[in-house]
Amino acid sequence: MDRPKIELDEVTLRFAGDSGDGMQLTGTQFSHTVAQLGVDVNTFPDYPAEIRSPEGTLYGVSSYSVNAGAKVHTSGDYYDLLIAMNASSLKVNLNYLKKGGIIITNNAGFSDKILGLAKYESNPLEDGSLSDYKLIDLNINDYVKQKITNSSLSVKVIEKTKNFFALGMAYFIYNLPLNYTEEWLKQKFKSNLEIADINIQVLYAGYEYAKNDERIKNTYTIKNAKLKPGYYRNITGNEAIAMGLVAASKISKVPVFLGSYPITPATEILHKLSEYKSYGIKTFQAEDEIAGICSAIGAAYGGYIGVTTTSGPGLSLKVEAMGYALMAELPLVIIDVQRVGPSTGIPTKPEQSDLNLAFYGRHGEAPLPVLAPSTAYSCFEMVIEAVRIATKYMVPVILLSGGYIAQGTQVLKIPEVSDLPKLDINYYTDKETYAPYKRDKVTFSRPWAIPGTPGLEHRIGGLEKEDMTGNQSSNAQNHQKMVEFRAKKIEAIANDIPDASVYGEETGDLLILGWGSTFGSLKTAWDHLNSKGHKVSFCHLHYLNPFPKNLGKILKGFKQILVPESNMGQLAGIIRSKFIIDVLQFNLVEGRPFKAIEIEDKVLSILEKGNN
Amino acid sequence: MKYKLDEIVDYKSESSFEYTSKELKSGSDVRWCAGCGDFSIINQVQKVLPTLGIPKEKITFVSGIGCSSRFPYYMGTYGMHTIHGRALAIASGLKFARPDLSVWVPTGDGDCLSIGGNHFIHACRRNIDINVIMFNNEIYSLTKGQYSPTSKPGQVTKSSPFGVVDNPFNPSSLALGSGASFVARAVDMDIKTLANVLERAAKHKGISFIEVYTNCVIFNNGVFENFRDKKLSKEYTITLEHNKPLVFGAENDKGIKFEGHKPVVFNINEGNNSINDAIVHNEKDSTLAFILSNMTYNSDLPRPVGIFQAIELPTYDEVAIEQINVAKKKIGDDFDLETFLRGDDYWQGQ
Repeated sequence: MDRPKIELDEVTLRFAGDSGDGMQLTGTQFSHTVAQLGVDVNTFPDYPAEIRSPEGTLYGVSSYSVNAGAKVHTSGDYYDLLIAMNASSLKVNLNYLKKGGIIITNNAGFSDKILGLAKYESNPLEDGSLSDYKLIDLNINDYVKQKITNSSLSVKVIEKTKNFFALGMAYFIYNLPLNYTEEWLKQKFKSNLEIADINIQVLYAGYEYAKNDERIKNTYTIKNAKLKPGYYRNITGNEAIAMGLVAASKISKVPVFLGSYPITPATEILHKLSEYKSYGIKTFQAEDEIAGICSAIGAAYGGYIGVTTTSGPGLSLKVEAMGYALMAELPLVIIDVQRVGPSTGIPTKPEQSDLNLAFYGRHGEAPLPVLAPSTAYSCFEMVIEAVRIATKYMVPVILLSGGYIAQGTQVLKIPEVSDLPKLDINYYTDKETYAPYKRDKVTFSRPWAIPGTPGLEHRIGGLEKEDMTGNQSSNAQNHQKMVEFRAKKIEAIANDIPDASVYGEETGDLLILGWGSTFGSLKTAWDHLNSKGHKVSFCHLHYLNPFPKNLGKILKGFKQILVPESNMGQLAGIIRSKFIIDVLQFNLVEGRPFKAIEIEDKVLSILEKGNN
Repeated sequence: MKYKLDEIVDYKSESSFEYTSKELKSGSDVRWCAGCGDFSIINQVQKVLPTLGIPKEKITFVSGIGCSSRFPYYMGTYGMHTIHGRALAIASGLKFARPDLSVWVPTGDGDCLSIGGNHFIHACRRNIDINVIMFNNEIYSLTKGQYSPTSKPGQVTKSSPFGVVDNPFNPSSLALGSGASFVARAVDMDIKTLANVLERAAKHKGISFIEVYTNCVIFNNGVFENFRDKKLSKEYTITLEHNKPLVFGAENDKGIKFEGHKPVVFNINEGNNSINDAIVHNEKDSTLAFILSNMTYNSDLPRPVGIFQAIELPTYDEVAIEQINVAKKKIGDDFDLETFLRGDDYWQGQ
């Protein structure tokens, strides 16, 4: 049949099923395929903390969102198409399907038993409750078994290919080529070509099936992103951090040492860097979070870029060692991929609630630089920046990433090496002029002298140190001086970081002020508001301590400031105390990113009030 | 790829091999109490180190918190005084990063076995090439006298006015059980054994654990009297020597032999007994090491001092660095950053 082909600016899909249904893989394949066509893509995996939750349950649903279009900043608010491999995945995700959106269901996942587990009283495929949507229901298991008849593989293995049937259907609906996935399967299963072959057959079968299903009234194409010439890849924030550290090491000619303990959602950084041995990276899987940071501190004393990676509970455990590293004035990068807290919280879901801990979480007067990447690519840039600040100022730097950007993917234009920052890191070797705590007049930094350097033998420690010599000192005036030095050092960084920039007018009625991983939602919301002619500006912070020097001026330029955060108002509190101004809060702690539309609605309600 | 620190790692100077014990003093005032056993240990360390052929600038002392952990401040070498219990975690990072360094951890029974217990067992398990000197005074001294994980049951301290309820660790058994390849014990006053085990520890590849009975004159004075006193120690300690029979006593008249699997004391000169009945020590026999270590706290037996075990096992630092060297060979001496950033799964935008 001939169908109208409709071009769309942006599409959002959700692949959902049981934890074992391979939905993460299917979603990744879809996103890679569209990305190869020059479409901008942003994705987000959403899966349970358990490895394989009991089959068919609501809490066992694993999903993967793909947002593709000319320019996308998030994984999308509401879906155009939902693939639901069973009743529970339909139930969990239906709220976010657009009215009139397409639902593809696998009826094999709607047995009485699974309907019960999904707490459906009647079968939604039959009771008319999905009449607002375009329902394409079919028994994918049956189609797969019909297609693969003479295989030596068991029925169970054959049925596992059902995700590729669904993917084939999606490829047809969006006029996408199958060759990328076909090649990927051949590579992936090169040691077992029969598995590759049946998956490819099923992929094509799904495509053919969709072609013949008359319930599919239209097909769609997705608008190209008109990307600049260059090389591109899909990347997650965690991968970007690992790559950024390799780049920092290469540029500075200083080796990287990662001390880490596995924790969701930061573990991929440990995985990646452990693969990067050939690039000289040393990784140490420590016995606990404390040993993770402590081993990195030891390596930093030995002349390495010391790095530790963690998430909330791990950051709590590292607090004492962070204080030590700042007292010893050693360069260290502490990467916290934030997740829902407190305590174990919801390990796989994103939140921005470690800001206060990063800011204030040490005993004594112990300020530290805090940076926050905003996107996957920003993870790459900001980790290099963290290395620069840590080594230039001899200070531990906290990088607050988040589960959303860490695990979601983004299309990245691979940077030209010549565009990367220069990192000029040097060890101190001059015997005549050396003193362990002699400070640079501009940065207040102390020299980095490492063991093995003859004549510079010195001792550092957590006891308060005498100015210049670093010897232990309980002298009251000296302590005052040293506390001030350590604070000045952080303040001095403000002279060495870029000004904050504002989207929209520099002054006005309302400023949206964001930080870190909410960028995508906030930028999308601002783009929409701006294109509709609303007078609102947007400023997004990557530097939280110290703040960019011009932030105070920016804030004074607006009558009202709205601070949306995935916490209960932590940045808002810091802004109030630092700048003595009030701000409006918008807080969401549902373990998911903001939807752009939520930000838009909030802004519109504030603007309306202002007009009344 | 050449790193900037390779120059420092590879630096060889003739003169830095020649230094005196005096040059190993940092010049900082030593703030231990008069009569503290720690003085004896630092003196032996400063005496032994210059004889080992290790350049002074390659030596680093890393400590945690406690009286013993002030040690690095008094040494004229590189040093870090760090966080309570964490010295071994920090030292592990330093040693893995910088295998060219001689890394020493002076620690105490509280620092090493209580707050730092986890790092201790894991450092032993990894067999990372670090020298650990654990000053055991069976008390928390710097916090002014609370019981420690090696205090005796029933011992009255400020935090156990009715007597200690906990059972103590036997540190050498803990080290052996955790996989340490070199395990020894010495007594602060027995400088001969102390110097010997320090030298052997320094030369040993892999983790070396030395427990030193250290008298705290203020909070636990006399607790090791039987092992420290010249006369008494002859009856109450037995010095382990490789390939030599286990003999002790003022007249060398007593030996240790097996009765079944249990070590017992016997008189060499009695009846048909002879020195040939005594167990012959073998540092490379880890089963024997466990048995000898378990003599500790058995009041019928003398307390063993010397080297329980010294066996060669692969070290963490060597194996991990070999993995890196093999991996590096695959991509050659250097790598192209742009190719790396591109990865395998890239595409070209037109």
